Amino acid sequence: MGKNIAEKIFDAHLRDEPFPGTKVLDLDRVLCHEITTPVAIADLLWRGKDRVFDNTKIKAVIDHVTPAKDSKTALQAKMLRDWARRHEIVDFFDVGRNGVCHALFPEKGYIRPGFTVIMGDSHTCTHGAFGAFAAGVGTTDLEVGILKGVCAFREPKTIRINLQGRLAPGVYAKDAILFVIGQLGVNGATDRVIEFRGPIVDAMSMESRMTLCNMAIEAGGTSGICLPDQITVEYLWPFICADYASQEAAVSDFRRWHSDPDASYERVLDFDLSSLEPQVTYGFKPDCVKAVRELAGTAVDQIYIGTCTNGRIEDLRVAAEILKGRKISESVRGIVSPATPKIFSQAMEEGLMQVFMDAGFCVTNPTCGACLGMSNGVLAEGEVCASTSNRNFNGRMGKGGMVHLMSPATAAATAITGVITDPRQI
Amino acid sequence: MKKTFSGPAIFLDRSDINTDEIIPAKYLTEVTKEALRPYILEDLKLEGFDPHGKKLKQAQVVITRANFGCGSSREHAPWVFEVNGIHTIIAESYARIFRQNMFNGGMLAIELPREELDRLFAMQQEGEVVIKVDLQGQQLSASAGGHSELFRFDISPFDKALVQAGGWVDFADARY
Ligand code: SF4
Repeated sequence: MGKNIAEKIFDAHLRDEPFPGTKVLDLDRVLCHEITTPVAIADLLWRGKDRVFDNTKIKAVIDHVTPAKDSKTALQAKMLRDWARRHEIVDFFDVGRNGVCHALFPEKGYIRPGFTVIMGDSHTCTHGAFGAFAAGVGTTDLEVGILKGVCAFREPKTIRINLQGRLAPGVYAKDAILFVIGQLGVNGATDRVIEFRGPIVDAMSMESRMTLCNMAIEAGGTSGICLPDQITVEYLWPFICADYASQEAAVSDFRRWHSDPDASYERVLDFDLSSLEPQVTYGFKPDCVKAVRELAGTAVDQIYIGTCTNGRIEDLRVAAEILKGRKISESVRGIVSPATPKIFSQAMEEGLMQVFMDAGFCVTNPTCGACLGMSNGVLAEGEVCASTSNRNFNGRMGKGGMVHLMSPATAAATAITGVITDPRQI
Repeated sequence: MKKTFSGPAIFLDRSDINTDEIIPAKYLTEVTKEALRPYILEDLKLEGFDPHGKKLKQAQVVITRANFGCGSSREHAPWVFEVNGIHTIIAESYARIFRQNMFNGGMLAIELPREELDRLFAMQQEGEVVIKVDLQGQQLSASAGGHSELFRFDISPFDKALVQAGGWVDFADARY
């Protein structure tokens, strides 16, 4: 019996199986941010174990609330900063160099096919786009990861999802994943890896694959995962060119991680998305998904374009394309947060920032505080936000606020009219 | 700190209760567990549930439905239960990270089939429900109004070892 990609990664990283079905894996990357790491650091200090297993495999960033908004967030940042200096974490990103973790770390080339990755952040599943097993964990798992470089998981079970057909113009990876979550339900992939396959995934850029894998957790998934291919190699090429004679050599090396043709899956689901329309959420669970058409005309107060789901350059391009030469409605405020400094400067070079500003958007530094209601765009009671983020829980962006999740194109179209709008109508 | 896996229960009758409802993100700026205490379940809207009520104050066990703790990876969610003296949760199922976080902290996340949970929920009619967990024997008793019922539960040897070790840090540190 063949193996699927997650099983191959587990086999290659197995350190211990303390009990049948419990796999303790060696970690290639332990990623840290300032919200969940300080408590782990404090606990390690308290235990007299202020050590790190490998300062080159640990990467850290201050990204959620940055620059600090008050004394408490300043203290969180300081704890991470002091710790990173103390342990000579070379790849530590502070104000001026920092960006949203799940955009920044891939952009730096830190995530490679076949890697095991953990982070104290549920959207760590994003990194599975590179053919890695990447899981969000809590602070205790993070703490043990920092100290010992291991993490325990149950034997992986995988749901394979084949995205068949071709996405129509105006329909993006975000629409695809919202649709899939609507089908699976918020509990549909709990404790499962979701392997994304099919012609739609094969045709996607790495940015789009990250958008896809980013929301695996919203169906309960441990990790999303895509098979590494030519597109993966092209994205990683600046970082791996010294290791391989040619791109073809890299592609064929990474192919060893590919799921075998006779690999087994817990479930295999086929979705033909050729006739998929733009999607949007209603209510307070990410599986409450409808076609934008069905919610068209719903008034919103704020537009938020950014986050680890859709704050990448291709997202900004799509939104700017729609906003070009237009003004956003007087009834809304628009906020755009490019996810990393590199994306920010690229967007400036391409003139996208001017488009956003001319349209009436506020451009923030790379950060994601608004997404979880901490800073830079928190909602007031009763307000509604059209957002490119990944979570619409009640009060997520501010107590009493409501969030509609959508693609950057739909968010841009909605900004212009002030009501939820199908981007194909603009 | 010694953990107790028995005591009066509070019932949260809804599936998919998420981590933002358990502890809103705005409190994630706290760097001690203790500071979270007043904010437990602050944003949970549920008929008959009062996050500041006596019932929650006295509870040592939470009984709820499916996919409990979905959403964020924040370990603040189990912690806010811990600092409120709740070390046991009984549900039909959990989100993976939340469940792992419970055991990683030496707490107990018990799973029971829906029909048995229905029986537990029904016991509320008879008065306050008190739970007693026998971890070794993998069973729990629920009593209310002078009558009690026994429920068996499964727990993996790894999860049991974590509870007994007091959590994953001690377990891992001794072994790796
Ligand atoms: S963008 Fe939102 S979901 Fe992503 S890491 Fe930031 S707060 Fe979390």
